[in-house]
Amino acid sequence: MTKAGAPEKLIIDGKRIDGRGFEEFRPIEIKVANLKNAGGSASFKFGNTFAQAAIFGPQEMHPRHLLDPQKAYIKCRYTMAPFSTKERIRPGRSRRGTEISKVSKEALASVIFLEDYPKTLINIYIEILQADATTRCAGLNAASLALVDAGIPIKNLITSCSVGKIDGQIVLDVDGLEDNYGDVDMAIGMIGNENKYVLLQMDGIITREDLSKMLELAKTGCSKIFELEKNALTEKYKTGELNEEKHE
Amino acid sequence: MESELFVNERELVIPGQTLAKGLDYLPSSGCFRDNNEVKAKLLGLVRLKDRFVSIVPLAGVYIPKPGDGVIGFVKDMQTSLWVIDINSPYDSIMLLGQAVDEYIDLNKTDISMFYDIGDVIYAKVLSVSKSKSVHLTMNDYRARKLIGGRIMKITPSKVPRLIGREGSMIEMIKDKTKTQIIVGQNGIVWLKGEKEALAVKAVLTIENESHTVGLTDRISELLEKESE
Repeated sequence: MTKAGAPEKLIIDGKRIDGRGFEEFRPIEIKVANLKNAGGSASFKFGNTFAQAAIFGPQEMHPRHLLDPQKAYIKCRYTMAPFSTKERIRPGRSRRGTEISKVSKEALASVIFLEDYPKTLINIYIEILQADATTRCAGLNAASLALVDAGIPIKNLITSCSVGKIDGQIVLDVDGLEDNYGDVDMAIGMIGNENKYVLLQMDGIITREDLSKMLELAKTGCSKIFELEKNALTEKYKTGELNEEKHE
Repeated sequence: MESELFVNERELVIPGQTLAKGLDYLPSSGCFRDNNEVKAKLLGLVRLKDRFVSIVPLAGVYIPKPGDGVIGFVKDMQTSLWVIDINSPYDSIMLLGQAVDEYIDLNKTDISMFYDIGDVIYAKVLSVSKSKSVHLTMNDYRARKLIGGRIMKITPSKVPRLIGREGSMIEMIKDKTKTQIIVGQNGIVWLKGEKEALAVKAVLTIENESHTVGLTDRISELLEKESE
């Protein structure tokens, strides 16, 4: 990637700067249950974007005054590692981190069966180890897989990807350069294959027609990610031959 | 309306997967009904019984049920009760009357002479109220204080696999390693005996490979090989 300033064009000869087509993801890599001491964990990579999620709980609720006798309480923390970008980020809370934590929490809460674990706390940690745009989407995907690994009951997996507009062209999976110098960047989260949106954030200016095109593109993107997430989970827990042995 | 089943017994399913269609199938533990479909809400193996579809999860925390035998750590003590940590989001308490048979004069007796902070006990879950307050009892022939030995934790949902059908798996490990083993339903295992280390290894192998087939044979092989 070129470091000096804005590139002249983001699309050259019908290809994007890193050689991708318009509706192509960066290489995606998924690992489930990669942390030993967490209740559940997963990592998700979109090219250079690397998100690691860990789940602790359901556990005893502290502080006690936030305890909900009807359902579980979710705490979600999204942080970027100080070394995740070209310029060092001050570790800890930030305005941006707080916002993303909130939207991620609400997206995840929409699929978790919170009433199954009353009076408990579910801790979700999303750490961005390397950032190259689309971090909240990678984080959300990782967190959703980590929830499955932790054995927390959920309605369906969450899939998330970004779409954007660069040089007047609608593209899937925005990377760092395209995010900085493109026109529009939109993060979308969906519930598995159910055609329901749980996250939509955008910056830039866009027409109504383009928006519906982008949503359509995001839907196909999310369904691809859904397949990859399913594969990652079934690969992790291969059972060998089925139905050979019956047991309690 | 016709009903249809999409999965086999012991098939691995992921959350959100449709297991059955129609009203003839009923969602049991680990499943939920979404309009006309029965769907999974956990990652695990399918179990079918009559019309009920349920899932044996591969992970998760321990949620106490009345009648469960659990291993707990005495965490705190008050004048006439103990607070027991049972590896669950919900703390449990054991009242004096459930722990000791004789009459105790609380003015003269310090109840730490029965169970003290840090002790490990095997107890039975007496009741779980709707507000999730858990009571334990020692009024069971298996209940006792566990002295010495070592403690390990496994995933609570894998306890049935460790025990095996009618205790076949755990009996085999006990027999071949000459170790006393007590398994709590809450995933805490207590071991004491000659070849503790080998027994620990066997339990960990079961924990890691619980979802695969032919496990009993592999454990038996492992024990044969290592005990020579």
